[in-house]
Amino acid sequence: MSALIEGLFNGISIGSVLLIAALGLAIVFGLMGVINLAHGELMMLGGYTTYVVQNVFKPWGEPWFSCYILVSIPIAFIVAAIAGIILERGVIRFLYGRPLETLLATWGVSLILRQLVRSVNWLLVICIGVFCLLFFGGMRLLSRRPDWERIRNLVIAILLPMSTAIAVVTGFLLSQIPALTKAWFSARNVDVTAPSWLRGGVKVLSFQMPYARLFIIALTIICLIAVYWFLNRSTWGLRIRAVTQNRAMSSCLGIPTAKVDALTFAIGSGLAGVAGCAVSLLGSVGPNTGQNYIVDTFMVVVVGGVGNLFGTILAALGIGIINYLIGSGTLALMASSVESLKPLVDVLLFFATSSMAKVMVFALIISFLQVKPAGLFPQKGRTAEL
Amino acid sequence: MNNKIKKQKKRQKIIETGIVIGLVIIFAVILPIVLPGFRLRLLGRILSLSIVALGIDLIWGYTGLLSLGHGIFFALGGYALAMHLKLQIPEGQLPEFFTLYGVKELPGFWHPFYSFPITIVALIVIPGIVAGLLGYLVFRNRIKGVYFSIITQAALLVFFNFFNGQQKLINGTNGLKTDTETIFGMLAGSDSVQKIFYIITVIILVAVYYFCRWLTSGRFGRLLVAIRDDETRVRFSGYNPTGYKVLVFGISGAIAGIAGALYTVQTGIITPKFMEVPFSIEMVIWVAVGGRATLIGAIIGTLLVRLAQTFLSESLPEVWLFFQGALFLIVVTVLPDGIVGWWRTWAWEKLSYMLGLKERIVTYPSLEENPETKQEREQLSDR
Repeated sequence: MSALIEGLFNGISIGSVLLIAALGLAIVFGLMGVINLAHGELMMLGGYTTYVVQNVFKPWGEPWFSCYILVSIPIAFIVAAIAGIILERGVIRFLYGRPLETLLATWGVSLILRQLVRSVNWLLVICIGVFCLLFFGGMRLLSRRPDWERIRNLVIAILLPMSTAIAVVTGFLLSQIPALTKAWFSARNVDVTAPSWLRGGVKVLSFQMPYARLFIIALTIICLIAVYWFLNRSTWGLRIRAVTQNRAMSSCLGIPTAKVDALTFAIGSGLAGVAGCAVSLLGSVGPNTGQNYIVDTFMVVVVGGVGNLFGTILAALGIGIINYLIGSGTLALMASSVESLKPLVDVLLFFATSSMAKVMVFALIISFLQVKPAGLFPQKGRTAEL
Repeated sequence: MNNKIKKQKKRQKIIETGIVIGLVIIFAVILPIVLPGFRLRLLGRILSLSIVALGIDLIWGYTGLLSLGHGIFFALGGYALAMHLKLQIPEGQLPEFFTLYGVKELPGFWHPFYSFPITIVALIVIPGIVAGLLGYLVFRNRIKGVYFSIITQAALLVFFNFFNGQQKLINGTNGLKTDTETIFGMLAGSDSVQKIFYIITVIILVAVYYFCRWLTSGRFGRLLVAIRDDETRVRFSGYNPTGYKVLVFGISGAIAGIAGALYTVQTGIITPKFMEVPFSIEMVIWVAVGGRATLIGAIIGTLLVRLAQTFLSESLPEVWLFFQGALFLIVVTVLPDGIVGWWRTWAWEKLSYMLGLKERIVTYPSLEENPETKQEREQLSDR
């Protein structure tokens, strides 16, 4: 019995990590039909933000250091949200209606972000800054001219190589200064130390519930409530729901769909940042952190269906719990007490490692999709795909 | 009138065959003599990757199914051939890695791979069947688009986990080394055998190319394009798209299997790394760079991207990921038709105007250039 409760707790805690990571993804997917392969990298950004905030708080001493995690959550949200807005405005809005191309573009962004945290230093930041200043500043200035439409392509053709060249030359000139070329994070993983009140755990029956896990569950619940409140009680939430249901009609009724898209993407990305903050408590943060979670998160969205928070919750907890129960061998242990289930026990034991459990869960998901192809709560109505 | 068109077509065909034969001679006869062994192996690997790209073009370019899990089928083909090579040992012995894990008896599924013909059949059929099965389970429920892509990605991860975890069956993370094994009594890693593998790769590439051409030129190809453009309408026209999609996905998987086998013997090892997520997505970008729905584009794209990768990662390893990421973005936003598509629709036209080969046409080019329309116009002016 206590094994089952322990299994359930661990499953729920895995599920809550999945849920907090999948929440943003599900909202964006529901609204724009876009799967963001860079979602994991936005989580990673959240994790790195937590690391930076921790290092800022460290010299301030004890009473302050304990609460750095509370400060880092909103900052991680903002950082990831800004990255999300840049991503949406810069890339995704040009690809509207081409979901497969969007998938590939976001993968490109994720590759860039992964390499960026490995090699980011002041030099790179200065170069990018110079480039943006020259290119976008020039575009902005010239776009006031009346014949802008005509000279646009010419301007891009001239400005792009010129500002690139100037940025590269600046980089070469400044690369002599060693302080600028030191990588901020390097390719190695960085560690976030949990504040003292998150270490240890509370003893229930015969096992420990780590505070860090409880904190993540609480954080997930808070995020869920906030998202629910935002979507169902605020004006912009109403608009988001309207666009999710019928984009053309909402646009006709005067809802600024482009703004709604950007806002939703920002919120989805921000939630990824919060998820990254949570994940950083469980292990070290590295350039590949996001990749560990991303596929499981997608599965949550596939199983949960589109446009219903409840489906996402159920799917995340279900996948988390089943994953843990199979992977830890709890299920095999329970079944072994019954003699007639012997073949089942053998099968379960074969899958009783965390990587093999994923094989089993995938098989279950595929068989689930045979019954409910559009997820737990499919969209209904005439606009739903056949 | 029909004669004229036929003649033109015939001439085009002769030119094209000439070009293909010329390329085959360059690649299969001249390059092996000129290039050093190490570079030749590299080229052979790239060419075998372009075979996968052909398979992906078939399902993505023509049918509109974006698979992010082609690494599965690629690796399955590779494993099939590697297992055969591993079994080139005296009767009754086991491949050496089994003893490390205390396995006394050869696992049952290894037995068929003693025979070479069965291995060859298996490395085509097994990936094909796995792809078909996965496709059937997904397409049957009308799961498509992005959903399909992420399910294939998850399947990829699952296969990776499975092969990674099974030390006792397939040597887990360490994979199977083929370089030190023998094939028909010769060392698979030796230069002469590698040269043969290279030439086989070139021949198979041409064969697969023509197979795909044949497949996409007829009725079947039209249906694939129809499914890509409007699946619902295809269904309403009385076809069942599921069967076609399953079939084409299976064929694509089989092609990936062949490519995987060729790639494995020219790399010298197969590990579950072949099934990592980034590698499979990379395959898609080769097709995108070359141009979707242009089979030649898949080959060109693979060659270009892989060569760029080789040179960039040799000289500036840090830049490669930035470059690759930028490639994804640029191809998707600026160059959606790929290099070949851009050449065909835009650059070639411009060039021929500039050189004065063709008159500038302001109205609908397809209508103006249509030989039947020309004929009609001539008839009208005669009157």
